[in-house]
Amino acid sequence: MQSLLEMMGAAHDQISQADNLAALDQVRVHYLGKSGLLTAELKQLGRLPPEARKAAGQEINRVKESLTAALDARREGLQREALNARLQAESLDVTLPGRGDEAGSMHPVSITIQRIQDIFGQLGFGLAEGPEIEDDFHNFTALNFPDHHPARAMLDTFFLGGQDREQGLLLRTHTSPVQIRFMQENPPPIRIIAPGRVYRCDSDLTHSPMFHQVEGLMVDEETTFADLKAILATFFRAFFEVDDLRTRFRASFFPFTEPSAETDITCVHCHGKGCRVCSHTGWLEVMGCGVVHPNVLENVGIDSEKYTGFAFGFGVERLTMLRYQINDLRVLFENDVRFLRQFR
Amino acid sequence: MKINEQWLREWINPALDFEAIGERLTASGCEVEGLEPVATDFSGVVVGHIVSIARHPDADRLNVCEVDYGQEPLLQIVCGAPNARTGLKAPLALIGAVLPLPEGKPLTIKKNRLRGVESQGMLCSASELGMAEKSEGLLELPEDAPVGRDVREFLGLDDQVLELGITPNRGDCLSVAGLAREVSALTGMALSPPAIPARPAVHQEVRAVSLPAADACPRYAGRIIRNIDPAARTPLWMQEKLRRNGLRSRSPLVDVTNYVMLELGQPMHAFDLARLTGGIQARYSTEGETLTLLDDQAVTLSAGTLVIADEQQVLAMAGIMGGADSAVTASTRHVFLEAAHFRPEKLAGQARAYGLQTDSSYRFERGVAPDLPLKAMERATALILSICGGEPGPVVDCCADDQLIVPVQIGLRRARIGRLLGLQVADATVESILRQLGCQVEGRDDGWEVTVPLARFDLRMEADLIEELARIHGYDAIPDQLRPLPPRVTLGLESSVQPLALRKVMVGRGYQEAVTYSFVDPRIEAGLFGAPAVIELANPISSELSHMRTSIWSGLIPVLQYNLNRQQNRVRLFEIGPVFGRAEDGRISQQRCLSGLVTGLAAAEQWAQPARRVDFFDIKGDVEALLALASVHTFHFIPMAHPALHPGQSARIVTREQPVGWVGALHPQLEEKLGLGQPVYLFELTLEALGTRQVPKYQAVSRFPAIRRDLALVLDKTVLSSSLGEVIGRTAPAQLIGWNIFDVYAGKGVEEHQKSVALSLILQDFSRTLSDDEVNRIIDTIVAALHDATGATLR
Repeated sequence: MQSLLEMMGAAHDQISQADNLAALDQVRVHYLGKSGLLTAELKQLGRLPPEARKAAGQEINRVKESLTAALDARREGLQREALNARLQAESLDVTLPGRGDEAGSMHPVSITIQRIQDIFGQLGFGLAEGPEIEDDFHNFTALNFPDHHPARAMLDTFFLGGQDREQGLLLRTHTSPVQIRFMQENPPPIRIIAPGRVYRCDSDLTHSPMFHQVEGLMVDEETTFADLKAILATFFRAFFEVDDLRTRFRASFFPFTEPSAETDITCVHCHGKGCRVCSHTGWLEVMGCGVVHPNVLENVGIDSEKYTGFAFGFGVERLTMLRYQINDLRVLFENDVRFLRQFR
Repeated sequence: MKINEQWLREWINPALDFEAIGERLTASGCEVEGLEPVATDFSGVVVGHIVSIARHPDADRLNVCEVDYGQEPLLQIVCGAPNARTGLKAPLALIGAVLPLPEGKPLTIKKNRLRGVESQGMLCSASELGMAEKSEGLLELPEDAPVGRDVREFLGLDDQVLELGITPNRGDCLSVAGLAREVSALTGMALSPPAIPARPAVHQEVRAVSLPAADACPRYAGRIIRNIDPAARTPLWMQEKLRRNGLRSRSPLVDVTNYVMLELGQPMHAFDLARLTGGIQARYSTEGETLTLLDDQAVTLSAGTLVIADEQQVLAMAGIMGGADSAVTASTRHVFLEAAHFRPEKLAGQARAYGLQTDSSYRFERGVAPDLPLKAMERATALILSICGGEPGPVVDCCADDQLIVPVQIGLRRARIGRLLGLQVADATVESILRQLGCQVEGRDDGWEVTVPLARFDLRMEADLIEELARIHGYDAIPDQLRPLPPRVTLGLESSVQPLALRKVMVGRGYQEAVTYSFVDPRIEAGLFGAPAVIELANPISSELSHMRTSIWSGLIPVLQYNLNRQQNRVRLFEIGPVFGRAEDGRISQQRCLSGLVTGLAAAEQWAQPARRVDFFDIKGDVEALLALASVHTFHFIPMAHPALHPGQSARIVTREQPVGWVGALHPQLEEKLGLGQPVYLFELTLEALGTRQVPKYQAVSRFPAIRRDLALVLDKTVLSSSLGEVIGRTAPAQLIGWNIFDVYAGKGVEEHQKSVALSLILQDFSRTLSDDEVNRIIDTIVAALHDATGATLR
C-alpha cells in the first residue's frame, strides 16, 4: 500500500507541474492509460486473496478518483489560462476607426424637397411633374397672363433660340404650368404638389438663373381661402418644427389666382423679434398663393361655379437657406464637396 | 412708386402715423419697400443771404462771404462752392448746428479758421442736408425765402417718403390720388382732393385732332396756351414734391406735366406750338419712319407703332416718349398740351420693343382711367397759368368711342363670398368697402350690382370684387383652422422606384448629390460629345450658360474641376436632373437622368485597408446596385465606344433592346485636356429605365443539399464573360441554381492570347439530393456547350 500512496503523491505533483494540456495528458496516460501504472494496479487485483481484494480495490479507486478529479481541475485551469492567453493576444485597439467608407449625402435642396413632399403627403397631396422646356400656352396663356401684359415682364423668361426660336418655346419660369397640365388630365378633386426646376433670366448675389419651386394645387367642391391658410400654416409649422410659428397673408397679385396673397411667416431666426435675416421686421416672405382664378379653371375645362381651389408656389432654396442657416445662395450651386458633406 | 407723407396728407389725413399707413398698404397689396426721411435730422440751419463776396486772400478756390441771417451782425463765412455769389440765398448752418453725415459721427459746426480766415458757420449743399445723394454747390433757395427762417420749417423737411411696390394689376395706384383712394378704403375716411376749376378759353385757337388709330387711342384732348413767360421758374414747393417722388425739376412746363402725372396719374405731354405743322393725329407708324426722342436717341420705327404726328412728321411715340424736335424749350412761348387715353392692351410691350421704359409708358401699360384726360388738362392749365402766366384756348376733346367712359358693371353674389373666402362678410361691410373704393353699389336679391370706377382695369368679374373685400377687410379675418379633409393615400406604388430610393443607394455608396444648371457651356458639350448641344437659349445669362445640356456630365465635370482645384482629390458625385435632346423628327426631347462621377481612391485612405484607386469595376458595381432596384428588367452591358469614354473601358447599358445609359472611364485625352490629372469614371442612366421594380413573389427553397463544382477554363482573351453567361443560361438545367466567376487570370502559365477563368457552379434539386453521376452529367453538358460556343477548354 505504501507504493500506491507514493504513486498518488508523485502523480499529484506531476499534475500540478504539467504546464500545458499535452503534458497533462501524458500524466493521465502514465497513470490512467491502458497501460498506466494505476491501471496495472487494477489488473493486479485478481491476484490478491479474495478477502483483500475489496479493500485494495476501494483504495485503488479512491486514488483513481482523486487523480481524475485533479486532472480535470488542472485541465480546466490550463484551458482557462490558454483562453486567457489567446484573448490577451487577440485584444485590439478598439478606438481605431472602423473599416469601410463614409456615407455620401443628399443635396440640401433635395432634402428640403423630400421633407416638403413628406409633409404635404401626410396632408393628402400627391406628386405631379411637367416639362422644363415649356410652351407659351402652359407657362402664361392658360395661367391667365394676357399677351404682352406687364405681368409677363415680371418673370424674366429664357426663350429658346436657334431653330426653336419661332415656336415660342421657353424655359418654364415657375412650376405653375404643372397645374395646367395636371388639370387637363385629371378631373377634380385634386390635391397635388409639383416640385421642380424653374428658370429666370436673372443672376446676382440673391438670384440664380435656375432654382427650384414647389407648386401646390387643391381643387374641390368646398375649397376656400380659409383652407389655403390652414394648409399653409400647418405646413410651415411642420417644416420649421416650430409649434407656434405664425403665418400672415398680405394681398398681392398673380394673374392665375384671385384673390392672391403673399405669405409671411414669423422669422425663424429671431422668432419675430427682428434681426438681420428678416430686415428687422420679424417676418419672412416665403410664398405666393391664392384662390385659383376662374379663368384658369375654365381654360382647362373645369366648371368654376362647381369647383373652387387654391394654389401656392414657393422657392425651395429660400426654405433650404432658412432651415439650414445658409446665408449665401451661390453655395447651393457650387457643389463644393466640403459644403455637400455637411448634409449627411 | 414713391409718395411723400405731406402730399398724401393733403388728400387724406387719417389719425395714423405714416409707418402705420404703410403697414395697412402692405397688408392690402401695395407693399412698402422702404420708408426714408426726405432730409437728415439736421438742426440749426437757417436761410442765409450772401450780402457780399470776396476772394480768400490765401486760397484760390475759397471765397469769404458776408452772410445776413436776420440778426446783427452779419456773419463771415468761408465757402468753396462754385455757385456762391452775391444775392444768393442758401442754407446756413450756424455755430452749434448739427449735420448728421451718411457715415460716422454727426458734424457739429464750430467757429473755425480756414487758411487763416475765420468762418462763423457753414453754407450748405443739398447733400450736406441729406436731401440728395450727390449735389454740386450750395442749395439755392428762392429769392423770396425769408432770411433767418429755419430751413427745416421753410422747406417742410419734416417729411418722409414711402417706396411702394405696386403690382402690375394696380395701375390706378400709381398716383397720389390713387393711393389716397386706397387709404380712404382702408381707413373709412373721406378724401379731400384739391379743387380743379375749369379755366375758360380766352382765345379760340385750336389744333384739329384726328384719331385714325382709334382702337389704340380712342381719346385725345389738346389745348393751346399762348404767351407763357419763358423766364418763369418752377416754384420750390413743386420742385420739392417732384424731388421727393423721384423726379428732377427741369422746366416749368415739363415739371407741371410731371406733377399732374404724379398727382392724378395721367401722363401728359407739352409740345412747342411753334414746332407743329397743321393738325394732330394719333396714328400707326409706317415702316421706316424716324423720330429723334427727347433723350436724343434716333429711332427707326417699325410699322404699327402708335405715334402722335402732325401733318409733316412723327412728333412722339404715343404714351412713351416725346420727340426732341417738338419739345418745349427755354424759349417756348406757346405750348400745345396733350392729355390722351391709350388702351393698355395696345400699348403693352411697345416701349419694351424699343428698349424703353418711361414713367408714362409704365402707367399707360397698366391702365389710366379714360375719364382722366380732361381733369388732368384743367389741372395742368391752372398750374401753368399760376407759374408761367399765359392765355388758355379751348380744350379739343376728340373721343372716338362712346363706350369708353361707360363703367363696367359686375354682379356680386352674397353666397359666393363665403364660398371663395371661407368667411361670411356682413352686407353692410361689403357695401361700405366697395363704396370707399369708389364703386356704385345697388342691392339685388342674391347680392349686389356693382359699378366699378373707370380707373380699376383689374375689376372685371365677381372674383375680382371678392378679392377687394378680402384685402380691405383683411386676410387676418379669414380663419385658418385646418378642417378635416378626406384622407388620401399618397404613397407611390410598391412596384415603383422613387428617386429617393435611388438617392439612398448613391448616398449609401459614398456619393454626394450635386445640383448643377440645366444650361451649360457648348464648348464643354463639344469637348465631351464631339458636337455642341443643339438646343440654345435666345437670351442666355452668358455664353457659358447658353445651351441646354444633353448629358449631366457637362454639369458634373466642371464641378469636378472646381473641387480638384480645391485639394479635394477624392470626389464622388451624382445628380438627378433633366437632359435635353432632339429626336430625328426635330422635336425636343426632355428626360430625367441619374448620373455619377468618381475619381481618386476607391475608399477614403484608411489604416485597415490598402489604398487603391477607383477603377471601372467600382463604378460598375455602383451602377449594378442601382439597376438591382429596377428588378423588373434585366440589364446588359455591351462594349461600345463613346466619344467621351476610354474605348476599351466603356459600356452601353441596354434593357429590352433599348439603350438606357453608359458607364466607363473618361477618355484619357479628355482627362488631359480638362486638366484633371487622374482617371475619372462616369455613368449616366435614364430615370425611366430605373422606375420599376419586381414586387417579390415567394418561391420555395429546396430542403436538399446544394453541391458546388468549380471549373477552371482556358479561353481566348476576346471572349466576353457575358457570353459564358449566355451559354450557361441556355444549356443548364433547372438544377443549376447559381454560378459565379471567382477568378480571372492572364499571364504566366497561360498562353498570351488566352485567359483562365474560374467558375463555380451551384447545383440543387427540389426533390432529392443529386448524385455524383447526375452532377457530372450536367457539368459535362455545360463544359461541352462552352467549348462549342467559345472554344473554352478545361485547364
